[in-house]
Amino acid sequence: MPTVSITVNGELRSAEVEGRTLLVHFLRDHLRLTGTHVGCDTSQCGACTVHVDGVAIKSCSALAVACDGASVTTIEGLAVADQLHPMQQAFHENHGLQCGFCTPGMIMSAIDMVRRNGHDLDEHTIRTQLDGNICRCTGYHNIVRAVQAGAAAMRER
Amino acid sequence: MHDFTYHHPNLLSDAAGLLGGKPEAKLLAGGMSLLPSLKLRLARYSDLVDLKAIADLQGIKRAGDAVVIGAMTRHAVVAASDVVKQAIPALAVLAGGIGDPLVRNRGTIGGSIANADPAADYPAGVLGLGATIITDRREIAGEDFFLGLFEVALEPGEIITAVRFPIPLRAGYAKLPHPASRFALVGVMVAKTRAGVRVAVTGAAATVFRLTQAEAALDADFSAAALDGIEVDAGEFSSDIHASAEYRAHAITVMAKRAIDAALR
Repeated sequence: MPTVSITVNGELRSAEVEGRTLLVHFLRDHLRLTGTHVGCDTSQCGACTVHVDGVAIKSCSALAVACDGASVTTIEGLAVADQLHPMQQAFHENHGLQCGFCTPGMIMSAIDMVRRNGHDLDEHTIRTQLDGNICRCTGYHNIVRAVQAGAAAMRER
Repeated sequence: MHDFTYHHPNLLSDAAGLLGGKPEAKLLAGGMSLLPSLKLRLARYSDLVDLKAIADLQGIKRAGDAVVIGAMTRHAVVAASDVVKQAIPALAVLAGGIGDPLVRNRGTIGGSIANADPAADYPAGVLGLGATIITDRREIAGEDFFLGLFEVALEPGEIITAVRFPIPLRAGYAKLPHPASRFALVGVMVAKTRAGVRVAVTGAAATVFRLTQAEAALDADFSAAALDGIEVDAGEFSSDIHASAEYRAHAITVMAKRAIDAALR
């Protein structure tokens, strides 16, 4: 079996995996980083969103072997010591969740949205750019507020 | 997913070599369609040859009166490209509407057109703009490339290296996206070129096609109103849980008009 070495949340992690092992299974099953969720497993829901070399992708649709040598950030890698990332803090303060299952993917996607679109995000931009992340609880209102507040807070950091 | 042997060559010639003599080997581009189909066990391969490390397949450049996009260029890169936005803004709009942001961060132009999903956006861009597919063996006109449902003119082992889009006088793209997948229920590219107007439709039938009666009307008068009398025959169109053939036929005219309005803005 091929060996992959991936820097995950700043730490180099190596493991033997099958060619078919998906990145999300490498993270969850090999590294026990279970903050990244498997929702639909058909590339629709975005609960598995992580950053690979700074870009958000669905980790259920990427092979672990294809990420050999890459740098991956998961939801567990955002906080610095006890201080939440501004986007995490904004989801907390705006109650941008109900059951919380989609939240890791939402936050990873929201941070990528700031990378692509900047810190001043209007509601329309946020709603259209959240296309790849599905929430079945909230109706999205508080998620949109959280993303808007988190984007602004990231500038101040 | 059935297991396979994974390769990631740095050179195009090595990729071609890895495919040679392996009838069950497959190229991997962005994987946005291939990996889901493997996960559903709709497909099974002995080897996957990942093209991500081949530098020659990346990038966007202006070449005279055309824009050349490397096969492994991701949708998000095309959508954000100053070269594309300046020369063919409709193509940037098309790329920026594929799937969702996470798919656009991963999916590639070469993968999309090689897959030839009947509801994919890029085929309408290729046919509507009169693009040419460049492979490691030859050049294939967009007209001759899309043969049918998931069927293209590539030979076994042939690799798309780039797509060359001639710059139109003006162009617009509009689509009615499926509300969940964002695939096109109907997508229409309208382009005014020196050789005449081209109208290409994706999503409605088994493969992308040109709407010649609309092209003739728009050659005479390039305005949305010129399509008022156009009848679109729903005969061969797809009918499914999402939209009937008649609905798609109606949506083609609506989307074509929106595309013209976009082209005139």
